[in-house]
Amino acid sequence: MATIPMEHGLLLAGILFALGLIGVLARRNIIFILLSLEIMLNAAGLAFITAGYRWGQPDGQVMFMFILAMTAAEVSVGLALVLQVYRLWRTLDVSEASKMRG
Amino acid sequence: MNAVFYIAAFVAVVATAMVITRANVVHALLYLIVSLLAVAMIFFVLGAPFVAALEVIIYAGAIMVLFLFAIMTLNLGREAAVQESQWMRPSAWIGPSLLTLVLLAELIYVFLSGTALPASEANAVDPRALGAALFGPYLLAVELASLLLLAGMVGAYYLGRRERAEGPGTTM
Repeated sequence: MATIPMEHGLLLAGILFALGLIGVLARRNIIFILLSLEIMLNAAGLAFITAGYRWGQPDGQVMFMFILAMTAAEVSVGLALVLQVYRLWRTLDVSEASKMRG
Repeated sequence: MNAVFYIAAFVAVVATAMVITRANVVHALLYLIVSLLAVAMIFFVLGAPFVAALEVIIYAGAIMVLFLFAIMTLNLGREAAVQESQWMRPSAWIGPSLLTLVLLAELIYVFLSGTALPASEANAVDPRALGAALFGPYLLAVELASLLLLAGMVGAYYLGRRERAEGPGTTM
């Protein structure tokens, strides 16, 4: 049984990260932007796991768990902000929210 | 095991591409869950079974449910009512179902061919080593992560509470 080359795992992580970046840049709905951020963080975690697999060390998985905790905190605060934005402006369009002043 | 990796990678890329092109948020969430399940399969193949379980439980479970609750709380009114009649059409769920069936076939294949378990590979890291590293050299970082989660909880509570006087003129 041949092991999977590290380059292929990193390539997949890169593709997923690029897709998430396209989502952040192209979508204007703030929920889609948060979803794309999730995709990018997950791709970064995949890169860590791939590196940990390459050298057989647990450090990559430890880093993934920190990314997981960070994602959970980021999503809870981000979604609370989304609710607040929708309550104030009645829209989820980030272009509308750019009129925010101070 | 290599074929399992490449099929799961294909499923992940297709599902992620569908996420960023959907117009409907709930359809995008369905595809994102499929994408996260595919990435969990890849973690399993890459010798990280504990992280694969965490990916399913926390990412595909808790965080996606959080998104779903937020979308439900927003209660997007009239267009949501129009869309709801269209949600049960096959075009909404046939794509995620097919991709998930591919993942299920892979799962059955991995478990039936018992000798192909990645835990027997040299590069695999078992949960015991992960826990020893987490509470050994990384102990300070674990404590910092717990502080971060506490700050996230307090921040979400503060931002999510309702103001007494609502409306566009409310100062936050």
